[in-house]
Amino acid sequence: MANMSLKKNPMPSQDPNVRNKNFDEVALGYTEEMAIDEAKRCLNCKNPKCVNGCPVNVHIPEFISKVAEGKFDEAYGVITSTNSLPAICGRVCPQENQCEGQCIRGIKGESVGIGRLERFVADYHNAHGHQGGAPAVPERNGHKVAVVGSGPAGLTCAGDLARKGYDVTVFEALHQVGGVLVYGIPEFRLPKAIVAKEVARLEHFGVKIMTDTVVGRTITVDELMDDMGFEAVFIGSGAGLPMFMNIPGVNYKGVLSANEFLTRINLMKAYLPDSDTPLIHPKKVAVVGGGNVAMDAARCAKRLGAEVYIVYRRGMEELPARREEVEHAEEEGIIFKTLCNPVEVLADENDDVKGIRCIRMELGEPDASGRRRPIEVPGSEFDVDVDCVIMALGTSPNPLIKSTTEGLEINKKGGIVVNEDGLTSREHVYAGGDAVTGAATVILAMGAGKTAARAIDEALSKK
Amino acid sequence: MYRIVRKEALRPTVTLYEIEAPLVAKKAQPGQFIILRVDENGERIPITINDFDPEKGTVTIIVQTVGATTEKLSHLNEGDCLQDFVGPLGKATETEGKKKVCVVGGGVGCAIAYPVLKKFHDCGAEVHAVIGFKNKDLVILEDQFRAASSVLKVCTDDGSYGQKGLVTDALKELIEAGNQYDEVFAIGPMVMMKFVSKTTEPYGIPTTVSMSPIMIDGTGMCGGCRLSVGGEMKFACVDGPDFDGHKVDWDLAVKRNQMYQEFEKHKYEETCNLFKKEAQ
Ligand SMILES: Cc1cc2nc3c(=O)[nH]c(=O)nc-3n(C[C@H](O)[C@H](O)[C@H](O)COP(=O)(O)OP(=O)(O)OC[C@H]3O[C@@H](n4cnc5c(N)ncnc54)[C@H](O)[C@@H]3O)c2cc1C
Ligand SMILES: Cc1cc2nc3c(=O)[nH]c(=O)nc-3n(C[C@H](O)[C@H](O)[C@H](O)COP(=O)(O)OP(=O)(O)OC[C@H]3O[C@@H](n4cnc5c(N)ncnc54)[C@H](O)[C@@H]3O)c2cc1C
Ligand code: SF4
Ligand code: SF4
Ligand code: FES
Repeated sequence: MANMSLKKNPMPSQDPNVRNKNFDEVALGYTEEMAIDEAKRCLNCKNPKCVNGCPVNVHIPEFISKVAEGKFDEAYGVITSTNSLPAICGRVCPQENQCEGQCIRGIKGESVGIGRLERFVADYHNAHGHQGGAPAVPERNGHKVAVVGSGPAGLTCAGDLARKGYDVTVFEALHQVGGVLVYGIPEFRLPKAIVAKEVARLEHFGVKIMTDTVVGRTITVDELMDDMGFEAVFIGSGAGLPMFMNIPGVNYKGVLSANEFLTRINLMKAYLPDSDTPLIHPKKVAVVGGGNVAMDAARCAKRLGAEVYIVYRRGMEELPARREEVEHAEEEGIIFKTLCNPVEVLADENDDVKGIRCIRMELGEPDASGRRRPIEVPGSEFDVDVDCVIMALGTSPNPLIKSTTEGLEINKKGGIVVNEDGLTSREHVYAGGDAVTGAATVILAMGAGKTAARAIDEALSKK
Repeated sequence: MYRIVRKEALRPTVTLYEIEAPLVAKKAQPGQFIILRVDENGERIPITINDFDPEKGTVTIIVQTVGATTEKLSHLNEGDCLQDFVGPLGKATETEGKKKVCVVGGGVGCAIAYPVLKKFHDCGAEVHAVIGFKNKDLVILEDQFRAASSVLKVCTDDGSYGQKGLVTDALKELIEAGNQYDEVFAIGPMVMMKFVSKTTEPYGIPTTVSMSPIMIDGTGMCGGCRLSVGGEMKFACVDGPDFDGHKVDWDLAVKRNQMYQEFEKHKYEETCNLFKKEAQ
């Protein structure tokens, strides 16, 4: 009998006033009982809308019915037949716009907690190991493929190809593997141990990883193919350079990009006392922007002891961040200053930031993106007293690979041009993820990695 | 891991390291830099490539001990390994097509200036050089500079060696003496590069400087290395490190580099105390 409760089983979480002072994971995960109870809310639809909402078409009703039966390991098998990183997706997918956004139960009441169940299944699997030992490693097929970048796009492409027997090497510029999953998304949202587990799984399948290797500098795409014998290259190099506002004062001491702030905290662990990497410990911070990146930066600043404002030019409804992140941020005491936009950063005689001047906005007609365009209210400027400004305004593509790879076609926005198979304008060179689309989502990057892996397999197995 | 195959103290606080990094050695060009991490908890610090040997697969760097990370590094010995060593980063210095140049180096900046000077020399340019140090005890690479330049002026702040005074004075003398430079290339502390640029500006001599802002990734991801050049925002790790010295907003660059000063001072003391304790 289905569970007809209109509400999702709530996620057990650390108390907001405790967690806003530590970096431990906020959401603690369902127990087995909660997972089974939640799974019973699924109607096992004949025509499951939820699956259409998922960019990699996880067989949602199938895995959920396994959960309802308590067969968690089988559920894991169902999920991983289309999604190789469920512990990560269950935590960071914007489910409200994807799978859960389409769930039939969401029409009257709350949708099934698909993401939470996915996370539960993956965590259960990681905690209890694989029944029947580690999966068999396929025989090598003798084809060599290079993957540039170890974010979700690169990891997925590498994993899929390695499972098919390809000899895959991942080249990563940083000293750690995982892309945004390790340098951007904070520990309290995605524990780094989970990413490390996924990477270990890839290594189990024979994927080789070369960190400290910047493609375009240490080695070029052409050298990978001509000198090192890679038959195909997948570029998953991510989104690139952070954007700053073109307003007076953006270079004062105390103005930094969310990427810099988050990298210091996540990749360099600068919040821990034994790290050698410096970090500012501001008293009052304005974070400019309204996406996931802004929420992460704000919540990190809060954990360092600051009073934090989010400054966003549209309204609460329009915040592009995952709903859950906004709710968590509010619970943790982040103050939202929506419908306002910075016009100037103010500093003292030493160039140290002492405030930010904002102007109020109102929403006008919808623009090309379908969102209502914010318009300045003349004469409404006001100053907010802060000693740090963090810009989370998105990124523009990194020119490094484009400028060192001849014949690689780039679109107007700087993204790499690919066809439906992920193939670029260069033969045997594929690309996907943020490097193609600009800043998007983990699951879309994974989807692109998958598509390219399939196309690479088709092209090389014909050889 | 990246092994130190040679370590040589040039001065008490200036050390040369030759490091095994075959891929970097194969690609290195004068003017480029690397980023290293000493250990697992280490900071990523940028250091210019002083020399490289593609056959041997090694890269040489010259590092001045100024803070926690460089102090830690100085305690490593031949045979020890660095956790990370990535590069070559940044754009190579443009040395083609110059007939007569003057290379100005300040302090450890000379270590960076040297490969650039040598490349100008190898490209067939007439090379003059001005190198400056605080005092006699800090002079480095004098012989190498002399071998690759037709005019060399060595300056010390206190007059304990060579000509007394600042590099800008010596540079001005060379210009006033009628030397027509296609380019002046300055590397050293930010303030020195600023004043070299101010010196050449009235004469309209194109001046290139090698900027050293705060960096983390060095690949164009964090935006920490941003500078204002000719009113535009530039990222030193991908757009530089070389920039037109007449266009750099110097005051801003100098101030931004002080952003983490308090932390750095504290960490340096902590690290030194740790090594003292170990020694006891
Ligand atoms: C702070 C933050 C929070 C986010 N939160 C969410 C969220 O909650 N949910 C969600 O779905 N999405 C979120 N996103 C977006 C999501 O993380 C990205 O869309 C996704 O990571 C893109 O994956 P990717 O593999 O294309 O690139 P990335 O994850 O950016 O990885 C690219 C990798 O390539 C490496 N690289 C770059 N250039 C080179 C080179 N020349 N040579 C070698 N290696 C190179 C980089 O160092 C990096 O490791 C967030 C992003 C950020 C920054
Ligand atoms: C592109 C580039 C090339 C460089 N090449 C060399 C080189 O060849 N040899 C060398 O010895 N150093 C070089 N530097 C400087 C070197 O990176 C710093 O000395 C190092 O990061 C200091 O680390 P630390 O932890 O020991 O000291 P910190 O504690 O970080 O700093 C101690 C002191 O040094 C100053 N300082 C910190 N970073 C820099 C910097 N980037 N530039 C100037 N002063 C700084 C601080 O303000 C402080 O007063 C270069 C820097 C850049 C950006
Ligand atoms: S991968 Fe993401 S979108 Fe797909 S079912 Fe899982 S949580 Fe939903
Ligand atoms: S739409 Fe909702 S109820 Fe239907 S199968 Fe999907 S998760 Fe279950
Ligand atoms: S060092 Fe991070 S962008 Fe240049």
